[in-house]
Amino acid sequence: MTTRLTTVRAGALTTVQDAGRPGHAHLGVPRSGALDAPAMRLANRLLGNDPDTAVLETTLTGCALRPDRDVAAVVGGAPCAVTVDGRPAAWGAPVRVPAGSVLDVGTATGGVRSYVAVAGGIAAEPVLGSRSTDLLSGLGPTPLRDGDVLAVGAPARPAPPPVAAPWPGPPAELVLPVRPGPRADWFTPAALRTLTSAAYRVSPHSNRIGLRTEGPPLQRLSTGELPSEGMVLGAVQVPPDGRPVIFLHDHPTTGGYPVVAVVPEPALAAAAQAVAGTPVRFTLA
Amino acid sequence: MTDGRPLTARPAGRHALLVELRDAEHTAAFHAEVLRRRAAGALPPVTEVVPGARTVLLDGVPDPDALARQVADWQVPPVADDTGAVVEIPVRYDGPDLADVAALWGVGPDEVGALHRSHTYRVAFCGFAPGFGYLTGLPPRLHVPRRSTPRTRVPAGAVALAGPYSAVYPRATPGGWQLIGTMPDPRPLWDPARERAALLTPGTRVRFVTADGTCAGPGTGTGTGTETGTGTGTETGSGDDPTAGTSPEAGA
Repeated sequence: MTTRLTTVRAGALTTVQDAGRPGHAHLGVPRSGALDAPAMRLANRLLGNDPDTAVLETTLTGCALRPDRDVAAVVGGAPCAVTVDGRPAAWGAPVRVPAGSVLDVGTATGGVRSYVAVAGGIAAEPVLGSRSTDLLSGLGPTPLRDGDVLAVGAPARPAPPPVAAPWPGPPAELVLPVRPGPRADWFTPAALRTLTSAAYRVSPHSNRIGLRTEGPPLQRLSTGELPSEGMVLGAVQVPPDGRPVIFLHDHPTTGGYPVVAVVPEPALAAAAQAVAGTPVRFTLA
Repeated sequence: MTDGRPLTARPAGRHALLVELRDAEHTAAFHAEVLRRRAAGALPPVTEVVPGARTVLLDGVPDPDALARQVADWQVPPVADDTGAVVEIPVRYDGPDLADVAALWGVGPDEVGALHRSHTYRVAFCGFAPGFGYLTGLPPRLHVPRRSTPRTRVPAGAVALAGPYSAVYPRATPGGWQLIGTMPDPRPLWDPARERAALLTPGTRVRFVTADGTCAGPGTGTGTGTETGTGTGTETGSGDDPTAGTSPEAGA
């Protein structure tokens, strides 16, 4: 018998995420997947799930779910209050949610994205090998709405003994190491110095496609138009307004603005948890 | 590549290489060579091979510097123009920008379709939306600018022109291209449940054919579902594409 989760409160933006769908960029399909991948993996491991089992990724305001059978769940990533039927429950460690009870994932007290893993994983229909919601191209499950019902897979193995897991806190300052990108030569020599010395902040217009920044614009040397070219995860793309955008998992696979620098993938988990207004410092890797 | 400075390998982070070629033709040839070598097991592991207008991105490469040294020495034969199957796309030339394009081309509106159909196209690269292919093959005198004001919604199946490219929108999105016609049933363009999700993949050759006369006519609402037999050879039956609108920076 399949366990089902009813969405009592969908929250601002709650999506299903796993490790994404690499290998299809040439078809215009973004990789997608959990923005804070280490948080997804840790939440899964604490339940005995395979690390890349599908989970829910919330955005700032959490969500609430009611299972129709007893399930074990872990809420991690952005810290938040967790309750089961209104009673405080553990954050970052396995929680038992009895059939018919409501698991409430509260508003993030720091960071942006909490991850809700359940033993057995979210059993949405895979598209091109992944259950991830891709907001750019609309692949995978649609973002959760109140009343949606999700299927839960059968647990692969019994839950492991509880362990104390180290969860990194959300960044008070986002430090992003960069290497010069493929189009660094489209910018003035001063632009790379500006990028790596000036104070930037996370823009409220950030989303799963890109982390937008506010700060001094980067001056271009070449004003021509760049023919569309492939874009990597972590690309620091500079649109005409000069403000760097760091491409996150739902980014377009080809684009026409020059990439001044590239942030290595491991540094992007912190970017996923940086709230609007967080200071950003780019450092040369 | 045999002639002087044929490619530039640009680093794109720790695990990717952006190879820049001289023009679209060299890009097609280099892309084909990458796929040949990958199929032959003569390429280091690579997660993504993404052609662009004048580049090929190799992403998920263990050692980009070593690969950069390798590709500089490759002998790349020119891409063969007459190999492989041709996908036929049926079109009704009824787009709202038909008159504007006719004026830019210096012909009457009723001549646009014949001119558009008289060329064979090639998918240079994809992007913007799953299944959206940028088709090259129009001669330079037929290149048209994008519209000065993009539309907030271009319907699925719209056949469009911009710059050197022609394309068919797989689903409704915003877009700034000039719309000259309609593919009556665009569902074969993108079906993630199918073995080959995208009908138009980089390197695919494409011909546009007329859908006039095969269509049951306006107002029937069902006459478009049977026309994919004209060469696309695929019946999808998986329902509509997702329609969430987006406006990526690389907007089509």
